[in-house]
Amino acid sequence: MKDPMHILIAGYGGQGILFSGKVIAYAGLIDGKEVSWLPSYGPEMRGGSANCTICLSKDPIASPYIEFPEFFVAMNQLAFNKFASTVEEGGMVVYDSAIINGATERKDMQIFGIDAVTLAEDSGLKGLANMVMTGKLFKELSFCAFDSLEKAVVKCVPEGRTQLIELNLKAIQLGIEN
Amino acid sequence: MAEKIIMKGNEALAEAAISAGCRHFFGYPITPQTEVAAHMAKRLPQIGGTFLQAESEIAAINMVLGAAAAGVRAMTSSSSPGVSLKSEGISYLAGCDLPCLIVNVQRGGPGLGGIQPAQSDYFHATRSTGHGDFHILVFAPATVQEMADLVAGAFSLADKYRMPAMVLADGMLGQMMEPVVLPEGDSNPPPPKPWAVNGHKNIRSHNIINSLYLEPNDLERTVVERYARYEEVKRTEQQAEEYLCSDAEIFLVSYGATSRIVKSAVVKARAEGIKAGLIRPITLFPFPDAYIDKYVGQAKVFLSVEMSMGQMIDDIRLAVNGRKPVAFFGRTGGVLPTPDEVLGKIREIAGGVK
Amino acid sequence: MATIFTRPKSIADVPFSYCPGCTHGIIHRLVAESIDELGIEGNTVGVCPVGCAVMAYDYFNCDMIQSPHGRAQALATGIKRAIPESVVFTYQGDGDLAAIGTAETVHAATRGENITVIFVNNAIYGMTGGQMAPTSLSGQVTQTTPYGRDTAIAGHPVRVCEMLATLEGVALAQRVTVESLRTVTAAKQAIKKAFTYQLEGKGYSIIEVLSICPTNWGLSTEKSLQWLRDNMIPYYPLGVFKDKYAKEGAK
Repeated sequence: MKDPMHILIAGYGGQGILFSGKVIAYAGLIDGKEVSWLPSYGPEMRGGSANCTICLSKDPIASPYIEFPEFFVAMNQLAFNKFASTVEEGGMVVYDSAIINGATERKDMQIFGIDAVTLAEDSGLKGLANMVMTGKLFKELSFCAFDSLEKAVVKCVPEGRTQLIELNLKAIQLGIEN
Repeated sequence: MAEKIIMKGNEALAEAAISAGCRHFFGYPITPQTEVAAHMAKRLPQIGGTFLQAESEIAAINMVLGAAAAGVRAMTSSSSPGVSLKSEGISYLAGCDLPCLIVNVQRGGPGLGGIQPAQSDYFHATRSTGHGDFHILVFAPATVQEMADLVAGAFSLADKYRMPAMVLADGMLGQMMEPVVLPEGDSNPPPPKPWAVNGHKNIRSHNIINSLYLEPNDLERTVVERYARYEEVKRTEQQAEEYLCSDAEIFLVSYGATSRIVKSAVVKARAEGIKAGLIRPITLFPFPDAYIDKYVGQAKVFLSVEMSMGQMIDDIRLAVNGRKPVAFFGRTGGVLPTPDEVLGKIREIAGGVK
Repeated sequence: MATIFTRPKSIADVPFSYCPGCTHGIIHRLVAESIDELGIEGNTVGVCPVGCAVMAYDYFNCDMIQSPHGRAQALATGIKRAIPESVVFTYQGDGDLAAIGTAETVHAATRGENITVIFVNNAIYGMTGGQMAPTSLSGQVTQTTPYGRDTAIAGHPVRVCEMLATLEGVALAQRVTVESLRTVTAAKQAIKKAFTYQLEGKGYSIIEVLSICPTNWGLSTEKSLQWLRDNMIPYYPLGVFKDKYAKEGAK
C-alpha cells in the first residue's frame, strides 16, 4: 500500500463529498494511520461546489492541504475539468461516467470511469453515488483494509439514522463490483 | 482512555471548552471559525448553558465581559477581522482583571483579507490586543488534539492570573479533521471569585469592577501591579516543544499550523545531513525565550517560519539579543508554505553557515 | 422623633461628582428608593456608562460594574445570562445609549433581555463639555453645532422610546421627567415598575428620563427646567409608549 496517500474528492454540495472523505479518513484511523481531512470552505462553497482532501500516512501529517493530489475522485464535470490536470504523474482519477465526459489528453495517470449515479439509482440507492465512487476507489486503490471501511461507515453515519449503514455498505459493494 | 474520534479543530475546541466548565458562549458568525459557534449552539442548551448570537463582535466581547464579571467561565470566538472589533472589550477585560477565553481562528489580512489560514495577527495578539499597557495569555495549538488540550489550561491560567486568555489558531486548524481524544470532565474547576459582581447578598460590602482611575498615580499603581503578575507569568508559564534540538545547529522557530510543515522540512533536512531542529512555541505570551536562551550557545542561526511577513521574529530577536543571526521565511495572505520551500531556505542557510 | 426623610439605604454616603442643579442626583435617588422598597439590593448588579454617570459605581451600594462606552446593555446581558436570578440595571446617558450604543440597545430590547434600562436624556454630551447628542433638538446650539443643530447636516434627534416600542421584546417603554414634584413622583412609579417587571420575568424595560444640564446648556437650574418644559417635552412627549402587560383600559 502506497504511503502517504493524498486523495481529493470534488463535486457539488449535497453529493456527500465531505461524508465520503470522512469515511476514508476514519478507515485510515481504524487501520492505525495518521489521517487528516480538509474541506473547501467559505465563498468557494457558495457556487455549489464542494471538495475535500484526505491524507493517510504512517508518519505525522505536515499539512492537510494538497495542491497536487495523487488520487482524485470526480463527482461532476466542473470538478473533473478543474482538478484532473492537477493530479500527480502516476496518479489515478476515478470519475462518474454517468454524468462526466472523462476525455483527457493525459497519458501519465490511470483513469477509471463508473456509472455511479445510474448504478445507485437502479439499485434503489438514489443519492449514494458518492459511496459507489468510494467503493470504486477502494477497488482500484485499496486505501485501507475492507473491514476498516465497513467500520468507518458505522462510525460516520449519524446516530438515529442507523438504517443508512446498510444502504451505504450496499453502495460501496456496488462500486467494488463494477 | 477515551476513544480517538475524528473531528474538526473548531468542534474539538468547543467541546473541550465545555469540558473545562464553560457554559457561556457569545459570538458572531465569521469564516473560518463558525463551527465553534455552531457546536456551542447545539451543545450548550442541552446542558443548561447559554449560547447567544450577538449583534456584533463588539457586543459579543462585552457580553463576555459581563459574564466574566459575574464570575463564570465565559468565551467568545472569531476570526481576524472580528477580533479587531473585540479589541476594545479585551482592553477593558484586561483593565478590569477579568479572566475569559477569546479564540482567534486566523485568516489573511489586513482589511477583509481572505479566508484562508494565516498567522498575521501575532502582533495583535501578543503586542496590542487593544489600547493601553497590558498583555493577555496566548496559546498556539498545532494539531486538532492541541485545539482541545490547550483550552482547559487557558481557562485555568486565566483564572489564576485574572487575565484574558486567547487561543490563536488559524483556518487550517479550525477546518481540518484529525483524530482527537477529547478531554473528560473539568480537571481545573474555577477558583472562588470573591471579586465577582454577582450580588452582595447583604453579607459583604459591594464589589466594584472598573478600569477608570482619574488619578494618574492610582492608575500607574494598578498597571505596575499587573505587570508584576505578567513577570510571574513569564517566569513560570512558558511552553514550547523541542524537536531534534539536542545536536542542532540551525534552529527553526515556528508555531501553529506552520510548525507542522516546518517539522516535515526539518526531517528532510536531517536526511540530507543538515543539523536542523525545531523550537515550537506553544505559548506566545509568555514567549518561550527560555527555550531560545537554552540553545543560543550551540546555535549557528535561528530561522523564523511564519504565515506572515515576519512578526514572531521580533520576539526571537529579542530573546537572541544579537548573539546569533536570525533569518526569516514566510508566506502570507492565506498561502501555506510547503515543506520543500522551507527546506530550500534551510539549505540556503546551511550553505551560508558552513 | 419619627424620621420622615432619609438617604436611601442603597445610595452610598459619598459626595457626588455632578454639577450643581443637575438632575442625576434625583434620578439616582429614585433608582435607589425602588431598590430599597423592593428589597433587592443584595441581588442587584448595576452597570454604569461612559458619560457623566461614569462614576456611579461609587454612588450605589449594590455590586457595580463600569462599562465601555455604549456597551452597558451587552454587559448587562452577559451578567443576566450568567446569573438569571440577579437584578440587573443599566444607567446610561443619551450619547452612550442612543449614539455609540444604539446597536447594543436595539438588540438587547429585541431579545427581550430581562433587564431594566434607565436612560437619562438631557439632549447634550455633558461629561465631554457640551457637544451635540443624538437627542439634541433641531436648532439647539452646542459646542459641535455652534450655529444650531441643522438637521440637513446633522440629522434629526432620535426618539428612543418610540423606536423601541415597535420591538416585540420590549415589555415597558416609558418617558418621564423630573422637572417638578408631580413628575418626580410619576418617574419614581415608572422606575419601580420597570424593576418589578424584571423581578416578574417580563422582559426588557426602558425608562427614559428627560433631564437637564444647566452647565452645558448655559442656563440656571430654574431656566433649564423651563427650557425642558418648553422645548424637550413637545418633541419628546411624556407617556407610556409600550406596556405589554398593561391591564385593559389602565393605560
